[in-house]
Amino acid sequence: MARKASNTRKAVVTIAAWSIGFLIFFPILWIIILGFKSEGDAIKTPLQVLFSSWTLDSYYDVQARSNYARHFWNSVILSVGSTVLALAIAIPAAWSMAFVPGKRTKDLLMWMLSTKMMPAVGVLVPMYLLFRDFGLLDSRIGLVGVLTLINLPIVVWMLYTYFKEIPGEILEAARMDGASLKSEILYVLTPMAVPGIASTMLLNIILAWNEAFWTLQLTTSQAAPLTQFIASYSSPEGLFYAKLSAASTMAIAPILILGWFSQKQLVRGLTFGAVK
Amino acid sequence: MATAHSRTAARLMLSPAVILLLLWMIVPLGMTLYFSFLRYNLLMPGMETFVGFENYYYFVNQPAFWSALSNTLILVLGVLCITVVGGILLALLLDQPFWGQGIVRVLVIAPFFVMPTVSALVWKNMFMNPVNGMFAHMAKSLGLQPFDFLSHAPLASIILIVAWQWLPFATLILLTALQSLDREQQEAAEMDGAGWLPRFVYLTVPHLTRSITVVILIQTIFLLSVFAEILVTTNGGPGTASTNLTYLVYAQSLLNYDVGGGSAGGIIAVILANIVAIFLMRMIGKNLEA
Repeated sequence: MARKASNTRKAVVTIAAWSIGFLIFFPILWIIILGFKSEGDAIKTPLQVLFSSWTLDSYYDVQARSNYARHFWNSVILSVGSTVLALAIAIPAAWSMAFVPGKRTKDLLMWMLSTKMMPAVGVLVPMYLLFRDFGLLDSRIGLVGVLTLINLPIVVWMLYTYFKEIPGEILEAARMDGASLKSEILYVLTPMAVPGIASTMLLNIILAWNEAFWTLQLTTSQAAPLTQFIASYSSPEGLFYAKLSAASTMAIAPILILGWFSQKQLVRGLTFGAVK
Repeated sequence: MATAHSRTAARLMLSPAVILLLLWMIVPLGMTLYFSFLRYNLLMPGMETFVGFENYYYFVNQPAFWSALSNTLILVLGVLCITVVGGILLALLLDQPFWGQGIVRVLVIAPFFVMPTVSALVWKNMFMNPVNGMFAHMAKSLGLQPFDFLSHAPLASIILIVAWQWLPFATLILLTALQSLDREQQEAAEMDGAGWLPRFVYLTVPHLTRSITVVILIQTIFLLSVFAEILVTTNGGPGTASTNLTYLVYAQSLLNYDVGGGSAGGIIAVILANIVAIFLMRMIGKNLEA
């Protein structure tokens, strides 16, 4: 009908969208750039920063001075550990709610979700004291437990919505053929559930990696993941722009990449299936 | 179809999750409730005495509480306004056909994946710092006096930082909702001569209302407990200018060692969050039927 007009329109939309996208992304772009500058250049005016020389020094310094690798490794253990644990608990639970629903399944799901709504600060004091008394402060094992529990409701919920989409007839057919419960789960259900489990895992790793309440409260140095390590740059003495940028870039890069793969699951997981 | 055997197995498989969550809910929350009725200071162990509602009385009657409560509400409402309005506009824009949609989508979503301590520190140092920040450099090049954002407008600055983190979330969800809009219905309306505005008002807006509600409720849950952003930027200050309820409870219990008072504050925070949660659960529950 109006091919020309729609092309002009498309061009205008393109320019507007790209400008806004660039603006929103700019802070991230800027830390990536600053990470490759020297400490002296990083605090100059934006134009001077852009045209100063590039260097990898900050990346070396961050590792040499503060054992960055340890904190990175802590983040990996905490996020992957708590995710695997949560999946191990949630997969059977979600399976049973999706395929053998009882009268109270819906209430049970809603109740599980409601535990997620409890503000962390409501249980800060007892958790801190329990951790102190059991010698769990600044330990990875305690924090893995807490992260597992706070994300368990989302994991159960997401898995449930994925399992629900698997047609029950297939299970019935398997049962007719004499499959036992174990082989039913292992050979029929699991292959169909793998995509759902994978995306649940992805989202949960992202959430656990970025969790910044319990990781800040319950760790100081030994078990500190990247959230806590980066927070240590908040003191005025720690005002090293290039090093902060290099550390930040390394801290967010893995999650940015994972995140790009999980946009769809993100919506589903974070709205508890209310928006698909 | 489910046999008694499989039903028992199902209960067994369900129980670890249920028991763990039940414990997680009852034990610490019960302890908080218990502590909230004690005079309990970590510097004086073994001196705990039962004081009834005294902790609540003192927690609510300190000047910091009311500023924390209003800061909490301003923070939540401020971020909600920016992200919901911005999110709708951005979603409408990104829903149009244009070149490089996939890339722009990724750029827009990216801030959501940045851990809170990183985004807060980046904004604090690289942008809002009155000496070396980019805003200061820009102000100076225009011949203006640099503005010290975090000391003179701490709450507004934190709102800006948090809004930057949550705008992608709102945009992503509203965009997903827009894309599930019935195209045929749109085209039919267009054929019948409905202009852009009526189509927007009568087709798009009703379709989006649900998702907007979901965005508002979920963000509210998270925004009520903003913590890391405040801790690394202002430490709740200057004074209590950027202290929210979460930060006040943290300060009272872990910085001032007042376990009783902090616990009372924690219970108040739980009640506040529950009011929101009830509405959210109702929305999700309705969806579960469908």
